[in-house]
Order: sequence, then C-alpha cells, then structure tokens
Amino acid sequence: MSDTTREWLLRKARGKARPVLKRRSRITRQNNLMGYLFLSPWLIGFFIFTLLPIVASLVLAFTEYDIFSPPTWVALDNFRKMLFQDNRYWRSVRATFYYVFTAVPLRLLVALGVAMLLNRGRRLVGVYRAAYYAPSIVGGSVAIAVMWRQIFGVDGLVNYALGALRIPGVNWLGDPRTAIWTLITLAAWQFGSPMLIFLAGLKQIPVELYESASIDGAGGWAKFVGITLPMLTPVILFNLVMQIIAGFMAFTQAYLVTAGRPLDTTNFYALYLYLRAFETHEMGYSSAMAWVLLLVIAFFTALVFRSSSYWVYYESGRVEE
Amino acid sequence: MSVVGTLRSPARLSKRNRDRIGSGLYHLIVVSSCFLMIYPILWMFASSLKGPSEIWTRLSSLIPKVPTFENYVNGWAGFGGITFAVFFKNSLFFATVATIGAVASSACVAYAFAKIRFVGRGFWFTVMLLTLMLPVQVLLIPQYIVFSKLNWINTFRPLLIPRFFGNAFFIFLMMQFIRGLPNELDEAAEIDGCSKIGIFFRIVLPLIKPALITAAIFSFYWTWEDFLTPLIYLNEPRLYTISLAIRSFSDPSSTTDWGAIFAMSSLSLVPVFVIFIAFQRYLVQGISTTGLKG
Repeated sequence: MSDTTREWLLRKARGKARPVLKRRSRITRQNNLMGYLFLSPWLIGFFIFTLLPIVASLVLAFTEYDIFSPPTWVALDNFRKMLFQDNRYWRSVRATFYYVFTAVPLRLLVALGVAMLLNRGRRLVGVYRAAYYAPSIVGGSVAIAVMWRQIFGVDGLVNYALGALRIPGVNWLGDPRTAIWTLITLAAWQFGSPMLIFLAGLKQIPVELYESASIDGAGGWAKFVGITLPMLTPVILFNLVMQIIAGFMAFTQAYLVTAGRPLDTTNFYALYLYLRAFETHEMGYSSAMAWVLLLVIAFFTALVFRSSSYWVYYESGRVEE
Repeated sequence: MSVVGTLRSPARLSKRNRDRIGSGLYHLIVVSSCFLMIYPILWMFASSLKGPSEIWTRLSSLIPKVPTFENYVNGWAGFGGITFAVFFKNSLFFATVATIGAVASSACVAYAFAKIRFVGRGFWFTVMLLTLMLPVQVLLIPQYIVFSKLNWINTFRPLLIPRFFGNAFFIFLMMQFIRGLPNELDEAAEIDGCSKIGIFFRIVLPLIKPALITAAIFSFYWTWEDFLTPLIYLNEPRLYTISLAIRSFSDPSSTTDWGAIFAMSSLSLVPVFVIFIAFQRYLVQGISTTGLKG
C-alpha cells in the first residue's frame, strides 16, 4: 500500500477529510522527486558534458593554450588573428559555404524527387525504398569514404568508365575545381533520411485535395505546385534546418577523401578546426573557431526559422502573406 | 446496361494498356536508378573477391571471373602484428556498451518528460532540444582537455562514459511512443499501489519495445561508424576500432593494397547491412516519426 493511500485511509478513520489542497501538493512533491530522479541521467550529463564545456570553451577562446603549459589570457587576439591574418581560415570558410549551399539543396532536391517517385503506392515500393536508403546507412563510414577515394582516383572507376568512352581521365581529387564536387556527390548520394521524411510528409496530404483539384481540371504540375509543395513546406523547413546544421559540421568525409586538399579547397571549417586543435594543439584558437561556428549555425537556423513565416504553410489557416 | 458496357469497353481497354506501359516505364526508371545508387557498394564487394590482376583489368565488373578469398586473408592479417580480429573486437565492445548505456539512460529520461508532471519540465525539454543544434566542436575541445588531464587518453572511457547520460534524439523518439500510451494504464497501476519506478519497469518499458529497438539500431550504427571520437582518443593500434584500422590501412602515403582494403571495408559493412535488412521496418518508422538522421 502506498503512502498516499494509507494517509487517505487514516483521514477517513478520523472521520474528517483534510483539505484536498494539502494532498495535491504532496503528490506534486512526489512527482517532482520522481521526475528529477528519472531526469537525472540527462541532467547530470548536461551539466558535466555540455554546459561546463560550453563555458570552458568560451573562456578558452580568449586564451592561448597548448594543454601542456597553463593558458595565458590574450583577450581578443584569437579572433583578430582569425578574421584578419589567417588566410587558411577564410579558405575554409569559403569551402564550407560552397559545400553547404550546393550539397544541401542538391540532397533535398534528389530526396524530394525520389520521394515523389515512390509515393505512387505501386508494388515493390518497400524494396525500392530500401535500395535508395542503403547508401545513407553506410555513407558516413570510413569504408565508403575510402571507396570514394578509389572511385575518383586517377586510375579509379570514374576515369575507367570515361576511358571506355574514349574520354580522357580527370584528376578529380587533385584538381581544385573538381575536388569539392567529389564530396558534394558523396553527400547527394546519401539522401535517404530526408527522403523518408518527405515520404512520411507526402502520406499526410489528404487525397481529397488532389481529387477536388482533378475535378477542377488541374494537371500534374499544377497539383504539385498548388498542393504538394505548400502542404510539404513544414517538412521542407525541418529537413532544411537539420541538413544545414549537419552541413556546417561536415568532417569525416573531407578528412578521409580529400584531406582538405588541394589548395585548401576542401578544407572544411570542422576539418581546419580539428587540425588546429589536435595536430598543432592550439586549444585557444580552435575554441574561438568553434564559437564562431556556433554563432554562424545559430544565425542561419534563426534566419531559416524567421523566413519560414513567409513560405511555410500551416493548415490551421495562418497562411503566408 | 449492356449498351453502356459495350460502349465503354474499348476505351477502358486502351486505358488499361496505357497504364501498363506507364507502369512498365515507371519500374524501369526506378530499377535502373536504384541500381545506379547501390552500384558502388556492390562494386566494392565484387572487387574484394577479385584477384590482384583482375581488380585492375576488369575494374568495373560486378562479377569476379575467378572469385578468390586471397584479399580477405591478406587483409585480416592487419598491420603491426595486430589482426582485424582485434579491431572487430574493439568496435563490437565500443558499440555494444555505448548502445546499452545510451538506450537505458534515454528511456529513463523519456519517461520523465512524457509521463511525470514536475516543476521545470518544459524548461528542461527546451534546453534538451537546443542542445541538438550545438556543434560537437564546441564541446570536444574542453572535453578532450579534461579527459587528457585524467589520463584517459588511450582508454575507452572518454568514448563510453558520455553515452550513459541520455541522447536527445533517442529521448525524443521514445517520448513519442510513451506519450502514445493511454494515461488510464499508469493511473490504474498507481491506484493499485504501483510506484513510478514500478510503472516504468513493468508497464512502460515492455510497451515501448519498438522504440527501444529503433534507438538501439541507430546507436549501434553511430558508434560502429564513429570516426572522430576514436580518432581523438585512441592512438595505439591495439585499441583501434574498425574505422581507424581501415583508415590506417588505406594510408595514401604507403603503397595501398586496394584488394585487401576493399575486403576489410566490405567486412566492416556486413553487420550494418544485416541489421538493416532484419530491422528495416524499425528504421523507416524511426526516421519518419522523429527525423532521426540515418
């Protein structure tokens, strides 16, 4: 028998019910206790592995620190160096923006196209969906990155195929114009997750809308622009935000496929940060870089959310202007 | 009625024919693009079974003329006297322990957020969602400094311990499931004298098994394929996970034995694909309901 029930029985025995308020507050107190008990794994982890590091990295951003000797306060020097003296930094910014603004739209377009293709509810859709999703399940692995390096290598698969067509091969990974595109194709190839999210979104659109549009004589394209796209905008917003965040943090594939070469054209922000932190042990400088990255991601996320009131359609009737 | 029938039938037939052609074209387009999508993966598996000369002379073929396991034997031998058995064991250990920790802790937290009304619930939930947007780089450097001061470099502790404190993605996924359970269920249990802890273990956990499986699969994938954390914390080859081992194996500065690399890469993807084929339903559901990245 729980305490609450026992108390209630005691009260009954006394022949006088105590104020309800008292009992309710007791339950809330117990709820608070149990709530924080179950929350504690995350809460403890949040303070130790998230909040503390955030504060620490903010402080470190204003210091010079190589781990071995104690940090020295340098005020804004790291930021000054980063913004005005470090050419590699700006090349990494350029490479990252180039990547985010090509790979993210490309991946979302392919994902949407394939989702439209698969949403026709024909037979074998499950098998097709699995085949389209398969690259995404392994795409982040070292195995695929190493394979990609071979595929675009000088005597790799792509040049072999071109050779069969009597087209001279290209040094894909060594040419500053093409190297980043090997990473963009690798990203576009892994459109599985946004595709599944688009598919789930397409399933939510009521069939009646299409039926009444057909009666009004709307064609396929008119239906896509007039119904599918507006109804899908909340899902597009979600995918866009998630992909932009992931795009700014791209690291593994650039590290393994191109290693930032040639001429820093694929030296993504996260990769350059890694080199500064873990190869030259400039913990202060790299913390400053990490904080700028945090602000840039926050800025773009906020921008997308702000703009969403103009282009995201919510069914409740709060339509775009 | 019969008149209508005879009048209609020619039109209907041609429509059916048109549908059949359309459907054939549809399947042709989808199948060929599917093939193009998975061709690189099939090609890698095929290449791992080709002999040393065939791998270059018949580079693009998907069917080895003379299948050989030579590459697997060569690859398995590893480097520096350490075989791939060690690397697989390390990866398996890392992925299993991390998955148990992440799923168990996330289930607790998801229960708190979904079913218990406590002061500050909304606030902490917002904080948790905000952490999803945090770039790992902001946390990585201070964490590395602390772990290196604790002399935990070249141990699995920095890789495993942070995963025992809940993962925001998994918490969110499980919350969706727990919220779907009828409130009457735990209210009835509470009236019967069951504590919150009892409700969690006896009612909630058995009922959210699909969410637990989905989270476990993703956790396994993310740790199995994780590269950045092992790269930072594990510097001794005997501690290498499979990702680090393949990376060292394919170091461009040394002469690379592509056959052996492909063999070990293929082997590293086998668990991933086995799980994918066996649990595809859970994965699709997980991504569709929460937008988990795969």
